[in-house]
Amino acid sequence: MNSTITDTVLEAKDIHVSYSQFLALRDVNLKIKRNMVTALIGPSGCGKSSLLRCFNRMNDLILTAKIDGQILFNNDNIYSNNVDPTEIRSRIGMVFQKPNPFPKSIFDNVAFGLKVNGYNGDLAEAVEKSIRKAALWDEVKDRLNKGAQTLSGGQQQRLCIARALAVEPEVILMDEPASALDPIATLAIEKLIRDLASEVTIVIVTHNMQQAARVSDETAFLMVDENRSGYLVEHGETNQIFTDPKDERTEAYITGRFS
Amino acid sequence: MVREDFDRNLRQLQGDLLTMGSMVEKSISRSIDALKRRDLEASQEVIDGDDYIDQKRYEIEERCINLIATQQPLASDLRSLISILHISVELERMGDYAEGIAKISVSMGNEPPLKPLIDIPRMGDMASDMLRRSLDSLVNRDVVAATAVCNYDDRVDELYQQVYRELITFMLEDHRMITRATFLLWVAHDLERIADRATNIAERVIYVVTGKMIEIN
Repeated sequence: MNSTITDTVLEAKDIHVSYSQFLALRDVNLKIKRNMVTALIGPSGCGKSSLLRCFNRMNDLILTAKIDGQILFNNDNIYSNNVDPTEIRSRIGMVFQKPNPFPKSIFDNVAFGLKVNGYNGDLAEAVEKSIRKAALWDEVKDRLNKGAQTLSGGQQQRLCIARALAVEPEVILMDEPASALDPIATLAIEKLIRDLASEVTIVIVTHNMQQAARVSDETAFLMVDENRSGYLVEHGETNQIFTDPKDERTEAYITGRFS
Repeated sequence: MVREDFDRNLRQLQGDLLTMGSMVEKSISRSIDALKRRDLEASQEVIDGDDYIDQKRYEIEERCINLIATQQPLASDLRSLISILHISVELERMGDYAEGIAKISVSMGNEPPLKPLIDIPRMGDMASDMLRRSLDSLVNRDVVAATAVCNYDDRVDELYQQVYRELITFMLEDHRMITRATFLLWVAHDLERIADRATNIAERVIYVVTGKMIEIN
Protein backbone atom coordinates (compact mmCIF):
# COMPACT_ATOMS: atom_id res chain seq x y z
CA MET A 1 0.00 0.00 0.00
CA ASN A 2 1.16 3.51 -0.70
CA SER A 3 0.92 5.24 2.63
CA THR A 4 0.89 8.94 3.29
CA ILE A 5 1.70 9.81 6.87
CA THR A 6 -0.90 12.16 8.30
CA ASP A 7 -2.07 12.90 11.82
CA THR A 8 -4.98 10.58 11.20
CA VAL A 9 -3.84 6.97 11.08
CA LEU A 10 -7.24 5.33 10.80
CA GLU A 11 -10.50 6.73 9.58
CA ALA A 12 -13.94 5.16 9.52
CA LYS A 13 -16.00 6.64 6.70
CA ASP A 14 -19.76 5.98 6.60
CA ILE A 15 -19.28 2.59 8.21
CA HIS A 16 -22.27 0.27 8.46
CA VAL A 17 -21.86 -3.21 9.92
CA SER A 18 -24.55 -5.83 9.65
CA TYR A 19 -24.74 -9.44 10.72
CA SER A 20 -27.17 -11.23 8.36
CA GLN A 21 -30.24 -8.93 8.37
CA PHE A 22 -29.31 -7.16 11.60
CA LEU A 23 -27.76 -3.71 11.32
CA ALA A 24 -25.29 -3.59 14.25
CA LEU A 25 -23.65 -0.26 13.49
CA ARG A 26 -24.69 2.63 11.27
CA ASP A 27 -23.17 5.78 9.81
CA VAL A 28 -19.95 5.85 11.78
CA ASN A 29 -17.45 8.52 10.84
CA LEU A 30 -14.46 8.64 13.12
CA LYS A 31 -10.82 9.66 12.84
CA ILE A 32 -8.21 7.95 15.00
CA LYS A 33 -5.18 10.14 15.62
CA ARG A 34 -1.66 8.78 15.37
CA ASN A 35 0.24 7.95 18.56
CA MET A 36 -2.74 8.64 20.71
CA VAL A 37 -4.98 6.42 22.78
CA THR A 38 -8.60 6.53 21.67
CA ALA A 39 -11.22 4.90 23.89
CA LEU A 40 -14.52 3.61 22.55
CA ILE A 41 -17.19 3.63 25.24
CA GLY A 42 -20.91 2.97 25.30
CA PRO A 43 -23.54 0.57 26.59
CA SER A 44 -23.60 -3.11 25.70
CA GLY A 45 -24.68 -3.72 22.14
CA CYS A 46 -23.72 -0.25 20.88
CA GLY A 47 -21.32 -1.77 18.37
CA LYS A 48 -18.02 -0.63 19.83
CA SER A 49 -16.41 -4.06 19.44
CA SER A 50 -17.89 -4.38 15.95
CA LEU A 51 -16.31 -1.03 15.08
CA LEU A 52 -12.99 -2.10 16.60
CA ARG A 53 -12.99 -5.28 14.52
CA CYS A 54 -13.59 -3.23 11.34
CA PHE A 55 -10.26 -1.50 11.85
CA ASN A 56 -8.22 -4.61 11.04
CA ARG A 57 -10.76 -6.63 9.08
CA MET A 58 -11.40 -9.01 11.95
CA ASN A 59 -15.06 -8.97 10.93
CA ASP A 60 -14.02 -10.84 7.76
CA LEU A 61 -13.71 -13.89 10.00
CA ILE A 62 -17.41 -13.68 10.89
CA LEU A 63 -19.19 -15.21 7.92
CA THR A 64 -22.46 -13.30 8.30
CA ALA A 65 -20.76 -9.92 8.74
CA LYS A 66 -21.12 -7.32 6.03
CA ILE A 67 -19.24 -4.03 6.08
CA ASP A 68 -20.27 -0.97 4.06
CA GLY A 69 -18.22 2.18 3.90
CA GLN A 70 -14.48 2.59 4.10
CA ILE A 71 -11.75 2.18 6.66
CA LEU A 72 -8.82 4.31 5.63
CA PHE A 73 -5.48 3.24 7.05
CA ASN A 74 -2.93 5.94 6.23
CA ASN A 75 -5.45 7.16 3.64
CA ASP A 76 -5.86 3.78 1.87
CA ASN A 77 -9.06 1.79 2.07
CA ILE A 78 -8.27 -1.52 3.78
CA TYR A 79 -11.43 -3.03 2.28
CA SER A 80 -10.17 -2.60 -1.30
CA ASN A 81 -9.98 -5.82 -3.29
CA ASN A 82 -6.21 -5.70 -3.64
CA VAL A 83 -5.55 -5.57 0.09
CA ASP A 84 -4.33 -8.66 1.94
CA PRO A 85 -6.12 -8.82 5.32
CA THR A 86 -3.20 -10.72 6.86
CA GLU A 87 -0.84 -7.87 6.04
CA ILE A 88 -3.32 -5.42 7.53
CA ARG A 89 -3.48 -7.45 10.74
CA SER A 90 0.30 -7.42 11.08
CA ARG A 91 0.28 -3.63 10.90
CA ILE A 92 -2.84 -3.29 13.03
CA GLY A 93 -2.51 -5.77 15.89
CA MET A 94 -5.15 -6.85 18.34
CA VAL A 95 -5.37 -7.76 22.03
CA PHE A 96 -8.50 -9.43 23.36
CA GLN A 97 -10.50 -9.44 26.54
CA LYS A 98 -9.26 -12.78 27.74
CA PRO A 99 -5.51 -13.33 27.47
CA ASN A 100 -5.02 -15.87 24.69
CA PRO A 101 -1.38 -16.93 24.61
CA PHE A 102 -0.51 -19.87 22.35
CA PRO A 103 0.13 -23.17 24.18
CA LYS A 104 3.83 -22.61 23.64
CA SER A 105 6.75 -21.20 25.61
CA ILE A 106 6.89 -17.54 26.56
CA PHE A 107 9.67 -17.05 24.02
CA ASP A 108 7.84 -18.79 21.19
CA ASN A 109 4.69 -16.80 21.78
CA VAL A 110 6.53 -13.59 21.03
CA ALA A 111 8.74 -15.10 18.31
CA PHE A 112 5.77 -16.61 16.49
CA GLY A 113 4.74 -13.57 14.43
CA LEU A 114 8.34 -12.81 13.57
CA LYS A 115 8.94 -16.35 12.33
CA VAL A 116 5.75 -16.35 10.25
CA ASN A 117 6.84 -13.09 8.67
CA GLY A 118 10.24 -14.63 7.83
CA TYR A 119 12.21 -12.38 10.19
CA ASN A 120 15.91 -12.87 9.57
CA GLY A 121 17.46 -10.68 12.26
CA ASP A 122 18.47 -11.70 15.77
CA LEU A 123 15.32 -13.41 17.02
CA ALA A 124 16.33 -13.45 20.70
CA GLU A 125 17.08 -9.75 20.59
CA ALA A 126 13.76 -8.94 18.91
CA VAL A 127 11.84 -11.07 21.43
CA GLU A 128 13.58 -9.40 24.37
CA LYS A 129 12.86 -5.96 22.92
CA SER A 130 9.13 -6.69 22.65
CA ILE A 131 8.87 -8.25 26.10
CA ARG A 132 10.68 -5.26 27.56
CA LYS A 133 8.31 -2.89 25.79
CA ALA A 134 5.43 -4.81 27.31
CA ALA A 135 6.97 -4.26 30.77
CA LEU A 136 7.24 -7.98 31.37
CA TRP A 137 10.96 -8.68 30.93
CA ASP A 138 12.05 -8.63 34.58
CA GLU A 139 9.30 -11.08 35.49
CA VAL A 140 10.01 -13.66 32.77
CA LYS A 141 13.67 -13.28 31.72
CA ASP A 142 14.71 -16.37 33.69
CA ARG A 143 11.97 -18.61 32.41
CA LEU A 144 11.52 -17.79 28.74
CA ASN A 145 11.26 -21.47 27.88
CA LYS A 146 8.47 -22.13 30.35
CA GLY A 147 4.94 -22.44 29.03
CA ALA A 148 2.98 -19.21 28.70
CA GLN A 149 0.17 -20.81 30.68
CA THR A 150 2.37 -20.72 33.81
CA LEU A 151 2.03 -16.91 33.91
CA SER A 152 -0.63 -15.06 35.87
CA GLY A 153 -3.57 -13.53 33.98
CA GLY A 154 -2.04 -10.06 34.01
CA GLN A 155 1.31 -11.39 32.84
CA GLN A 156 -0.38 -13.40 30.09
CA GLN A 157 -2.13 -10.25 28.89
CA ARG A 158 1.18 -8.36 28.80
CA LEU A 159 2.66 -11.33 26.92
CA CYS A 160 -0.13 -11.00 24.34
CA ILE A 161 0.73 -7.31 24.06
CA ALA A 162 4.43 -8.26 23.61
CA ARG A 163 3.35 -10.72 20.90
CA ALA A 164 1.38 -7.98 19.16
CA LEU A 165 4.31 -5.55 19.48
CA ALA A 166 6.86 -8.01 18.05
CA VAL A 167 5.79 -7.42 14.46
CA GLU A 168 6.05 -3.66 15.02
CA PRO A 169 2.49 -2.68 14.25
CA GLU A 170 1.41 0.94 13.79
CA VAL A 171 -1.82 0.39 15.67
CA ILE A 172 -2.94 -1.96 18.42
CA LEU A 173 -6.64 -2.56 18.95
CA MET A 174 -7.60 -3.63 22.45
CA ASP A 175 -10.98 -5.11 23.26
CA GLU A 176 -11.57 -4.83 27.02
CA PRO A 177 -7.94 -5.80 27.69
CA ALA A 178 -8.19 -5.54 31.49
CA SER A 179 -11.73 -6.66 32.21
CA ALA A 180 -10.62 -10.15 33.28
CA LEU A 181 -7.82 -8.84 35.53
CA ASP A 182 -7.59 -7.75 39.16
CA PRO A 183 -6.98 -4.07 40.03
CA ILE A 184 -3.19 -4.43 40.33
CA ALA A 185 -2.83 -6.21 36.99
CA THR A 186 -5.28 -3.69 35.51
CA LEU A 187 -3.07 -0.80 36.62
CA ALA A 188 -0.04 -2.49 35.07
CA ILE A 189 -1.88 -2.79 31.75
CA GLU A 190 -3.07 0.82 31.96
CA LYS A 191 0.45 2.06 32.64
CA LEU A 192 1.69 0.02 29.72
CA ILE A 193 -0.95 1.51 27.42
CA ARG A 194 0.20 5.01 28.37
CA ASP A 195 3.87 4.10 27.89
CA LEU A 196 3.23 2.52 24.48
CA ALA A 197 1.23 5.47 23.18
CA SER A 198 4.41 7.33 22.23
CA GLU A 199 5.20 4.73 19.58
CA VAL A 200 1.97 3.03 18.60
CA THR A 201 -1.58 4.19 18.17
CA ILE A 202 -3.99 2.42 20.51
CA VAL A 203 -7.73 2.04 20.17
CA ILE A 204 -9.30 0.54 23.26
CA VAL A 205 -12.84 -0.65 23.91
CA THR A 206 -13.72 -0.52 27.57
CA HIS A 207 -16.81 -0.73 29.75
CA ASN A 208 -14.90 0.87 32.58
CA MET A 209 -15.32 4.60 32.17
CA GLN A 210 -12.73 5.46 34.79
CA GLN A 211 -10.29 3.38 32.79
CA ALA A 212 -11.18 5.24 29.60
CA ALA A 213 -10.69 8.50 31.50
CA ARG A 214 -7.32 7.35 32.85
CA VAL A 215 -5.70 5.96 29.75
CA SER A 216 -7.10 7.73 26.72
CA ASP A 217 -6.39 11.02 24.97
CA GLU A 218 -9.63 10.94 23.02
CA THR A 219 -12.93 9.24 23.69
CA ALA A 220 -15.72 8.26 21.34
CA PHE A 221 -19.14 7.54 22.79
CA LEU A 222 -21.48 5.19 20.93
CA MET A 223 -25.11 4.46 21.67
CA VAL A 224 -27.74 2.05 20.53
CA ASP A 225 -31.01 3.15 18.90
CA GLU A 226 -34.52 1.66 19.18
CA ASN A 227 -33.66 -0.84 16.44
CA ARG A 228 -30.64 -1.99 18.44
CA SER A 229 -28.28 -0.43 15.90
CA GLY A 230 -25.22 1.30 17.28
CA TYR A 231 -24.15 4.80 16.25
CA LEU A 232 -21.55 7.38 17.22
CA VAL A 233 -22.87 10.17 19.45
CA GLU A 234 -19.83 12.21 20.38
CA HIS A 235 -16.08 12.13 19.91
CA GLY A 236 -13.63 14.51 21.53
CA GLU A 237 -10.77 15.00 23.92
CA THR A 238 -11.14 12.72 26.92
CA ASN A 239 -10.92 15.60 29.39
CA GLN A 240 -13.76 17.36 27.64
CA ILE A 241 -15.95 14.25 27.32
CA PHE A 242 -15.64 13.44 31.02
CA THR A 243 -15.97 16.93 32.44
CA ASP A 244 -18.09 18.77 29.93
CA PRO A 245 -19.72 16.53 27.32
CA LYS A 246 -21.48 18.44 24.55
CA ASP A 247 -24.26 15.94 23.95
CA GLU A 248 -26.84 15.32 26.66
CA ARG A 249 -26.89 11.60 25.81
CA THR A 250 -23.18 11.41 26.64
CA GLU A 251 -23.82 13.32 29.86
CA ALA A 252 -26.64 10.92 30.80
CA TYR A 253 -24.52 7.86 30.11
CA ILE A 254 -21.36 8.86 31.92
CA THR A 255 -23.21 10.19 34.95
CA GLY A 256 -25.15 6.92 35.20
CA ARG A 257 -28.54 8.47 34.35
CA PHE A 258 -28.86 6.47 31.17
CA SER A 259 -32.11 4.66 30.64
CA MET B 1 -24.91 3.64 46.59
CA VAL B 2 -27.33 3.98 43.71
CA ARG B 3 -27.73 7.01 41.50
CA GLU B 4 -30.79 8.30 43.42
CA ASP B 5 -28.75 8.28 46.64
CA PHE B 6 -26.01 10.20 44.90
CA ASP B 7 -28.51 12.80 43.69
CA ARG B 8 -29.93 13.11 47.19
CA ASN B 9 -26.45 13.49 48.66
CA LEU B 10 -25.62 16.19 46.13
CA ARG B 11 -28.85 18.06 46.97
CA GLN B 12 -28.12 17.80 50.69
CA LEU B 13 -24.61 19.11 50.15
CA GLN B 14 -25.93 22.07 48.21
CA GLY B 15 -28.46 22.68 51.01
CA ASP B 16 -25.68 22.65 53.58
CA LEU B 17 -23.64 25.02 51.45
CA LEU B 18 -26.59 27.44 51.46
CA THR B 19 -26.85 27.12 55.25
CA MET B 20 -23.16 27.92 55.49
CA GLY B 21 -23.75 30.87 53.15
CA SER B 22 -26.42 32.32 55.42
CA MET B 23 -24.15 31.81 58.47
CA VAL B 24 -21.46 33.83 56.68
CA GLU B 25 -23.92 36.49 55.56
CA LYS B 26 -25.10 36.95 59.17
CA SER B 27 -21.52 37.09 60.37
CA ILE B 28 -20.73 39.88 57.87
CA SER B 29 -23.76 42.00 58.76
CA ARG B 30 -23.28 41.48 62.51
CA SER B 31 -19.59 42.41 62.33
CA ILE B 32 -20.43 45.68 60.58
CA ASP B 33 -23.40 46.38 62.84
CA ALA B 34 -21.29 45.78 65.96
CA LEU B 35 -18.57 48.05 64.57
CA LYS B 36 -21.09 50.76 63.85
CA ARG B 37 -22.65 50.58 67.31
CA ARG B 38 -19.26 50.05 69.00
CA ASP B 39 -20.70 46.94 70.64
CA LEU B 40 -17.64 44.93 71.70
CA GLU B 41 -19.69 42.07 73.07
CA ALA B 42 -21.44 41.58 69.74
CA SER B 43 -18.06 41.73 67.99
CA GLN B 44 -16.78 39.00 70.30
CA GLU B 45 -19.81 36.86 69.38
CA VAL B 46 -18.90 37.14 65.70
CA ILE B 47 -15.33 36.03 66.53
CA ASP B 48 -16.56 33.03 68.53
CA GLY B 49 -19.15 32.15 65.88
CA ASP B 50 -16.50 31.73 63.19
CA ASP B 51 -15.61 28.32 64.63
CA TYR B 52 -19.04 27.02 63.56
CA ILE B 53 -18.46 28.27 60.03
CA ASP B 54 -15.07 26.54 59.95
CA GLN B 55 -16.64 23.33 61.23
CA LYS B 56 -19.31 23.47 58.54
CA ARG B 57 -16.65 23.87 55.88
CA TYR B 58 -14.73 20.76 57.02
CA GLU B 59 -17.97 18.81 57.22
CA ILE B 60 -18.89 19.75 53.63
CA GLU B 61 -15.36 19.08 52.45
CA GLU B 62 -15.29 15.63 54.01
CA ARG B 63 -18.60 14.67 52.45
CA CYS B 64 -17.45 15.91 49.03
CA ILE B 65 -14.28 13.82 49.34
CA ASN B 66 -16.28 10.74 50.33
CA LEU B 67 -18.62 11.15 47.37
CA ILE B 68 -15.72 11.62 44.95
CA ALA B 69 -13.93 8.58 46.36
CA THR B 70 -16.94 6.28 46.34
CA GLN B 71 -19.00 7.54 43.39
CA GLN B 72 -16.42 8.76 40.87
CA PRO B 73 -18.74 11.51 39.65
CA LEU B 74 -18.33 12.74 36.08
CA ALA B 75 -19.48 15.57 33.83
CA SER B 76 -22.02 17.94 35.47
CA ASP B 77 -21.99 15.86 38.69
CA LEU B 78 -18.24 16.32 38.91
CA ARG B 79 -18.46 20.02 38.16
CA SER B 80 -21.16 20.50 40.81
CA LEU B 81 -19.27 18.60 43.46
CA ILE B 82 -15.93 20.30 42.81
CA SER B 83 -17.69 23.65 42.82
CA ILE B 84 -19.39 22.94 46.15
CA LEU B 85 -15.96 22.09 47.54
CA HIS B 86 -14.50 25.26 46.11
CA ILE B 87 -17.38 27.48 47.22
CA SER B 88 -17.21 26.10 50.78
CA VAL B 89 -13.60 27.31 50.92
CA GLU B 90 -14.61 30.74 49.57
CA LEU B 91 -17.34 30.99 52.19
CA GLU B 92 -15.00 29.99 54.97
CA ARG B 93 -12.57 32.74 53.92
CA MET B 94 -15.43 35.25 53.79
CA GLY B 95 -16.28 34.20 57.34
CA ASP B 96 -12.65 34.86 58.28
CA TYR B 97 -12.90 38.39 56.87
CA ALA B 98 -16.03 39.00 58.96
CA GLU B 99 -14.16 37.67 61.98
CA GLY B 100 -11.28 39.99 61.03
CA ILE B 101 -13.64 42.98 61.03
CA ALA B 102 -14.93 41.95 64.49
CA LYS B 103 -11.34 41.67 65.74
CA ILE B 104 -10.57 45.15 64.42
CA SER B 105 -13.64 46.39 66.24
CA VAL B 106 -12.39 44.80 69.47
CA SER B 107 -8.90 46.26 68.93
CA MET B 108 -10.42 49.71 68.54
CA GLY B 109 -11.77 49.26 72.05
CA ASN B 110 -13.53 52.29 73.40
CA GLU B 111 -11.85 54.83 71.18
CA PRO B 112 -14.33 57.39 69.92
CA PRO B 113 -15.47 56.85 66.33
CA LEU B 114 -13.59 58.73 63.64
CA LYS B 115 -16.83 59.74 62.01
CA PRO B 116 -20.30 58.25 61.61
CA LEU B 117 -19.94 55.19 59.42
CA ILE B 118 -21.94 55.40 56.17
CA ASP B 119 -19.91 54.11 53.26
CA ILE B 120 -18.46 51.12 55.10
CA PRO B 121 -21.93 49.75 56.05
CA ARG B 122 -22.95 50.38 52.43
CA MET B 123 -19.98 48.31 51.28
CA GLY B 124 -21.03 45.62 53.76
CA ASP B 125 -24.57 45.57 52.36
CA MET B 126 -23.28 45.37 48.80
CA ALA B 127 -20.88 42.53 49.63
CA SER B 128 -23.61 40.59 51.49
CA ASP B 129 -25.95 41.15 48.58
CA MET B 130 -23.35 39.78 46.16
CA LEU B 131 -22.91 36.73 48.36
CA ARG B 132 -26.66 36.07 48.48
CA ARG B 133 -27.08 36.57 44.74
CA SER B 134 -24.10 34.35 43.91
CA LEU B 135 -25.63 31.49 45.91
CA ASP B 136 -29.06 32.12 44.36
CA SER B 137 -27.45 31.84 40.94
CA LEU B 138 -26.01 28.47 42.01
CA VAL B 139 -29.42 27.19 43.09
CA ASN B 140 -31.02 28.39 39.86
CA ARG B 141 -28.03 27.46 37.66
CA ASP B 142 -28.37 30.98 36.29
CA VAL B 143 -25.38 32.18 34.26
CA VAL B 144 -26.87 35.62 33.59
CA ALA B 145 -27.39 36.28 37.30
CA ALA B 146 -23.89 34.96 38.09
CA THR B 147 -22.36 37.25 35.48
CA ALA B 148 -24.28 40.20 36.96
CA VAL B 149 -22.72 39.43 40.37
CA CYS B 150 -19.26 39.52 38.83
CA ASN B 151 -19.95 42.84 37.12
CA TYR B 152 -21.38 44.34 40.32
CA ASP B 153 -17.97 43.92 41.93
CA ASP B 154 -16.78 47.07 40.07
CA ARG B 155 -19.18 49.16 42.16
CA VAL B 156 -17.76 47.73 45.39
CA ASP B 157 -14.25 48.48 44.13
CA GLU B 158 -15.25 52.06 43.33
CA LEU B 159 -16.73 52.54 46.77
CA TYR B 160 -13.59 51.05 48.31
CA GLN B 161 -11.44 53.57 46.41
CA GLN B 162 -13.67 56.36 47.65
CA VAL B 163 -13.41 55.18 51.28
CA TYR B 164 -9.67 54.78 50.86
CA ARG B 165 -9.23 58.34 49.58
CA GLU B 166 -11.39 59.71 52.35
CA LEU B 167 -9.46 57.90 55.09
CA ILE B 168 -6.10 58.90 53.65
CA THR B 169 -7.32 62.50 53.69
CA PHE B 170 -8.20 62.14 57.40
CA MET B 171 -4.71 60.84 58.09
CA LEU B 172 -3.05 63.66 56.16
CA GLU B 173 -5.08 66.26 57.94
CA ASP B 174 -4.44 65.01 61.47
CA HIS B 175 -1.84 62.40 62.36
CA ARG B 176 -3.74 61.56 65.57
CA MET B 177 -6.35 60.02 63.30
CA ILE B 178 -3.90 57.58 61.72
CA THR B 179 -4.57 54.62 64.03
CA ARG B 180 -8.34 54.86 63.86
CA ALA B 181 -8.33 55.53 60.10
CA THR B 182 -6.05 52.55 59.55
CA PHE B 183 -8.47 50.31 61.42
CA LEU B 184 -11.29 51.44 59.15
CA LEU B 185 -9.09 51.01 56.09
CA TRP B 186 -8.60 47.37 57.09
CA VAL B 187 -12.33 46.94 57.48
CA ALA B 188 -12.95 48.40 54.01
CA HIS B 189 -10.28 46.15 52.60
CA ASP B 190 -11.86 43.07 54.20
CA LEU B 191 -15.22 43.99 52.68
CA GLU B 192 -13.65 44.50 49.29
CA ARG B 193 -12.14 41.02 49.57
CA ILE B 194 -15.51 39.53 50.58
CA ALA B 195 -16.99 40.97 47.38
CA ASP B 196 -14.11 39.44 45.38
CA ARG B 197 -14.86 36.05 46.93
CA ALA B 198 -18.52 36.40 45.96
CA THR B 199 -17.28 36.98 42.41
CA ASN B 200 -15.26 33.76 42.66
CA ILE B 201 -18.44 31.91 43.69
CA ALA B 202 -20.31 33.37 40.73
CA GLU B 203 -17.50 32.28 38.39
CA ARG B 204 -17.82 28.76 39.83
CA VAL B 205 -21.54 28.83 39.02
CA ILE B 206 -20.70 29.69 35.42
CA TYR B 207 -18.35 26.70 35.41
CA VAL B 208 -21.03 24.37 36.81
CA VAL B 209 -23.44 25.36 34.06
CA THR B 210 -21.16 25.85 31.05
CA GLY B 211 -18.03 23.86 31.86
CA LYS B 212 -16.00 27.01 31.09
CA MET B 213 -13.55 28.39 33.63
CA ILE B 214 -13.43 32.12 33.05
CA GLU B 215 -12.41 35.04 35.16
CA ILE B 216 -14.92 37.82 34.76
CA ASN B 217 -13.74 40.27 37.37
